[in-house]
Amino acid sequence: MSASVARAEAVRRPAAAPAAASGAWASRLGLALYLLFLAVPIYWLVNMSLKTNFEISSGMTLWPREPTLDNYRRIFTDSSWYSGYINSLTYVALNTVISLLAALPAAYAFSRYRFLGDKHLFFWLLSNRMAPPAVFALPFFQLYSAVGLFDTPLAVALAHCVFNIPLAVWILEGFMSGVPREIDETAAIDGYSFPHFFMKIFMPLIAGGVGVAGFFCFMFSWVELLLARTLTTVDAKPIAATMTRTVSAAGMDWGLLAAAGTLTIIPGAVVIWFVRNHIARGFALGRV
Amino acid sequence: MSLMLEDIALSAGGRVLLHPVTLSLEAGSLNVLLGPTLAGKTTLLRLMAGLDRPSGGRLLVDGRDMTGVGARQRSVAMVYQQFINYPSLTVFENIASPLRVAKLPRAEVEARVHQAAELLHLAPYLGRRPLELSGGQQQRTAIARALVKRAALVLMDEPLANLDYKLREELREELPRLFAESGSILVYATTDPAEALMLGGQVATLWEGRLTQFGPAGAVFRRPCDILTARVFSDPPLNEAPARLAGRELVLANGRRIPALQRGVEGECTIGVRAHELVLDDQPGPDAVPLDATVRVAEVTGSESYIHLDVGGLAWVVLVPGVRRPEPGERITVWLDPRRLFLFGTDGTLLATPELAEAA
Repeated sequence: MSASVARAEAVRRPAAAPAAASGAWASRLGLALYLLFLAVPIYWLVNMSLKTNFEISSGMTLWPREPTLDNYRRIFTDSSWYSGYINSLTYVALNTVISLLAALPAAYAFSRYRFLGDKHLFFWLLSNRMAPPAVFALPFFQLYSAVGLFDTPLAVALAHCVFNIPLAVWILEGFMSGVPREIDETAAIDGYSFPHFFMKIFMPLIAGGVGVAGFFCFMFSWVELLLARTLTTVDAKPIAATMTRTVSAAGMDWGLLAAAGTLTIIPGAVVIWFVRNHIARGFALGRV
Repeated sequence: MSLMLEDIALSAGGRVLLHPVTLSLEAGSLNVLLGPTLAGKTTLLRLMAGLDRPSGGRLLVDGRDMTGVGARQRSVAMVYQQFINYPSLTVFENIASPLRVAKLPRAEVEARVHQAAELLHLAPYLGRRPLELSGGQQQRTAIARALVKRAALVLMDEPLANLDYKLREELREELPRLFAESGSILVYATTDPAEALMLGGQVATLWEGRLTQFGPAGAVFRRPCDILTARVFSDPPLNEAPARLAGRELVLANGRRIPALQRGVEGECTIGVRAHELVLDDQPGPDAVPLDATVRVAEVTGSESYIHLDVGGLAWVVLVPGVRRPEPGERITVWLDPRRLFLFGTDGTLLATPELAEAA
């Protein structure tokens, strides 16, 4: 951004061209350094994941001297590792779908109708996000044990709804309120039934919002550790929990841990690619 | 189809948005709802469409009570002031949408859409999306959608207000013709008295949620039943002044006397005269009286001049032909002709209409 600002400055003051040019240079350098520092931890993670444990612990090397894919091979062949990914992806996907299905009608109601206490309810929804997850861990643990949901992906998916449904409602409400109410009315006058209108006319108009809401649900569910670990033991153990248990009698398996970390970044990066054009509006909860 | 409103009223949150309205609209008629903003035009249209439920009264279609029936089940089409289309569909699909929902045969849909597109000069743009069109084309798309449906009731809420004047003139001419053939009841809301007169048909004047008069446009313009209707139907605003009827004379606040046309009424009243009925230079008739005025500002449109005056503390406007630019503060004489006066009682009801208007 600072580069574009510098460019705008240069346009505005053509007389001071040399000074502006050197300013642009400095800002470009600053930007490059900023990017470098941001990328260092990620590079180091990928770097480590391609090294052997011996190389990692024997000294600092800027790139792998003996590149190896052994760490990745172990993750993809050892079921205690790859099932962690499967478990995580299962409850994250479940959670995203449940959150969106619940949030769409709720957001529509908040956006289009006035009802008793609507504003308070709307704010209360968001306040759920402000409570630390630990508050909910105990009641969920007890409840799920009682009804037999404990240690299933569905348990984690439902638990994460506490944070994700309110967020999805807020984001979708913002996007929906950007669609003129007259479009709903025109569709009613044209004779569309409500479900038909919602799917054919309305959904394409808020598709960006659905994508962004889905992305946020995915992200928060993917990185949440406390509830996911509390509500699972073996059968639905998430990858993040698996990663915290790599300390063995033989010491820390650094390379394996780094490979697991690298693989953990990938789903988020893939999802963010799809919503990159709408993400800024998503951070403003859909409000323009 | 005939549409009958019986004491249709709407109030929300303790506020009355629409006082009971009784109206009867005939098939094939053109009806204009005329009133300033917030007069209740849109409220009335929405009640007619079935988008809102009236809090009182009945709505009859061909004698059948349809009060509680929603817009989906009614034969109605609506065009908004904002250009409302489905942004994700092409212009063709936008126009075809009511027909698709009604599950008409494909050939019939194609034929009707192409016919409407032809009439509204949209044929070259059928493959585009609404947001790739100009404002006028977007509004024509919305009008085409209302047209293809062949609804019994077509509602237009200031459809031309957001268009540039050229398009406005063009569409204003075409619209009544387009819908007249279909036999629909056309209801057209506008704030512009000139537009109401140009469209012709019936006019219903609205003021602060009240229907003040309903009748043929020309008749309502010439004989408004009360001062509210006269205000609604005057642009520039109606020039008003308090006066007193005494015998056969009208005494103005400044003591000037005018021969009164209305006989047998005594007491306080209000005179009203439209801007174009006032004269600046020469005495227009033997009974005309001069009034002293101060110029506040003059607006020249090119062929006409609107001169805003201060007449004994009252803000008046005079419309004179040609270009005329008096300086602000200049003293000027304005002639008031008794043959061009409206006379309203203290309760606002019409006591006398201008002689010249009656003749017209």
